[in-house]
Amino acid sequence: MAYALQQLINGVTLGMIYGLIAVGYTMVYGIIGMINFAHGDIFMVGAFLSLIAIVGLGMLGITSVPLALIVTLLFAAGIAALYGWAVERIAYRPLRGSFRLAPLISAIGMSIVLQNFVQVSQGARVKPMPQMIPGGVTLLSSDGFAVQLSWMQIAIVITTLILLAAFTWLVTRTPLGRSMRACEQDLKMAGLLGIDTDRTISLTFVIGAALAAVAGLMFLLYYGVIDFFIGFIAGVKAFTAAVLGGIGSLPGAVLGGLAIGLIETFWSAYFSVQYKDVAAFSILVLVLIFMPTGLLGRADIEKV
Amino acid sequence: MDAVTTDAPLLAVRDLTMRFGGLTAVDMLSFEAHAGDITAVIGPNGAGKTTVFNCITGFYRPTSGGLNLTQAGGRFALERMPGHRIARHAKVARTFQNIRLFAGMTVLENLLVAQHNTLMPDVARGLLAVFGLGGYRAHERAAVELARFWLDAIDLTARADDAAGALPYGAQRRLEIARAMCTGPVLLCLDEPAAGLNPRESDELSALLLRIRDGGCSILLIEHDMGVVMRISDHIVVLDHGKKISDGTAEQVRNDPNVIAAYLGEGDEDETPAEVAQ
Repeated sequence: MAYALQQLINGVTLGMIYGLIAVGYTMVYGIIGMINFAHGDIFMVGAFLSLIAIVGLGMLGITSVPLALIVTLLFAAGIAALYGWAVERIAYRPLRGSFRLAPLISAIGMSIVLQNFVQVSQGARVKPMPQMIPGGVTLLSSDGFAVQLSWMQIAIVITTLILLAAFTWLVTRTPLGRSMRACEQDLKMAGLLGIDTDRTISLTFVIGAALAAVAGLMFLLYYGVIDFFIGFIAGVKAFTAAVLGGIGSLPGAVLGGLAIGLIETFWSAYFSVQYKDVAAFSILVLVLIFMPTGLLGRADIEKV
Repeated sequence: MDAVTTDAPLLAVRDLTMRFGGLTAVDMLSFEAHAGDITAVIGPNGAGKTTVFNCITGFYRPTSGGLNLTQAGGRFALERMPGHRIARHAKVARTFQNIRLFAGMTVLENLLVAQHNTLMPDVARGLLAVFGLGGYRAHERAAVELARFWLDAIDLTARADDAAGALPYGAQRRLEIARAMCTGPVLLCLDEPAAGLNPRESDELSALLLRIRDGGCSILLIEHDMGVVMRISDHIVVLDHGKKISDGTAEQVRNDPNVIAAYLGEGDEDETPAEVAQ
């Protein structure tokens, strides 16, 4: 029982990180119907930016952990947002109106470019980082097994929930969110009503990239090691989460992220760590066979 | 944008030609639509009416010819402008034959989203708007007010917070027109707004269009419902096979032998010639 509770805590934490990345996939898919394969690499860039910021702040002598983390978060999110904007501007916008596969291929190209750029500029070796938020609370212990809830995990869950709440508010309550939803439903009509569709698409990429960068910071703090290749696996998992939840659906992305996180953690705990990815992807296959639109996706209504 | 010359027609179509490969959909068409008028474009199916609309609103780039829009803001050569700029700067709004509402958004949101031109004119003010700053609140209030005005005009105030897709067909048609009006157009292009409406709804539509015209927005109308066309149009242009065959008031067009021949002689089962000739 205690062991299972511990896995639940770990799974939710991991799921939150996947969920934050998945939001970026699902938003971009919703608005222009493409899978942004470079999104996972923006997450990786975000993790590297965080590491650079933390080391830089350390050299400046800023020792207050909360202050350092907030500055790092803003720095990483801001710069990664620029990356997101640039990727869309350089690799996707010129291909809008081209055949469907063109931006997809371009996205894979961007992913490779970002990976190699980081590999060359930051080195290929794994970067370790000392723990910044140590400690936690012991919830209960039975049978000689203590259930730990670390401050780090609490911070991740709370930050994610705040960001998702803010983001939901943005989409449902602000003019920008209205434009985004309008573009998602009928891009051409939105343009005819005077909405600047290019700018709305840009902002979607910018916001998605900023959220992914925050996920990158969390990954860095949680695992303490990063390399230039983390974007690939995390990206594929988050993409799976988005599809599992129903691509195009925001709550679906978060739910899918949690599902993938929990499946992975429980599988590792009770069966085998080596096959945790197989478990996650098998569930995806099953869901797609029996619920092709994902958990919360709606069936595509044929436009007349 | 040239200086505004007085007395220029709101929309001047000059020698407009649109070819698709070997097919000439619109052939050397010229007509004018004057400010404050309801101008109807009618003709048998396949006459090229919607193609003309698509040229005016930037969906197609005409093969040749000119489309000049003259309004208080200046003169615009529509044939050279991309669609979203026509909507934003030349202030031409349109609806389609099929309904293209944002079905998943509420009725009110559909009307607000059409006012983003004024709500977030550029990125900086768009971001301020996100945080409710930069005079945004006053703008948002004005936007909601305009939306309420049109909701009232189309009799949908009670359903403001329902999803647009859940409305009955006739109400969706009216909402589309109201949404187009929320962009603040000088010319409203309506592609078969009465299609699929029952007689009572057609009458309501006629009243709404007259109200819009009297409010200062000119209307360009494609319509097959001759009852509606003859009742509200100030000026009618008749097309057949991409060419203009008649042009004038309802009275003139109705008695024009060319029109009667086009509707009766060349037999198009979908048309109702009796109504034209009556």
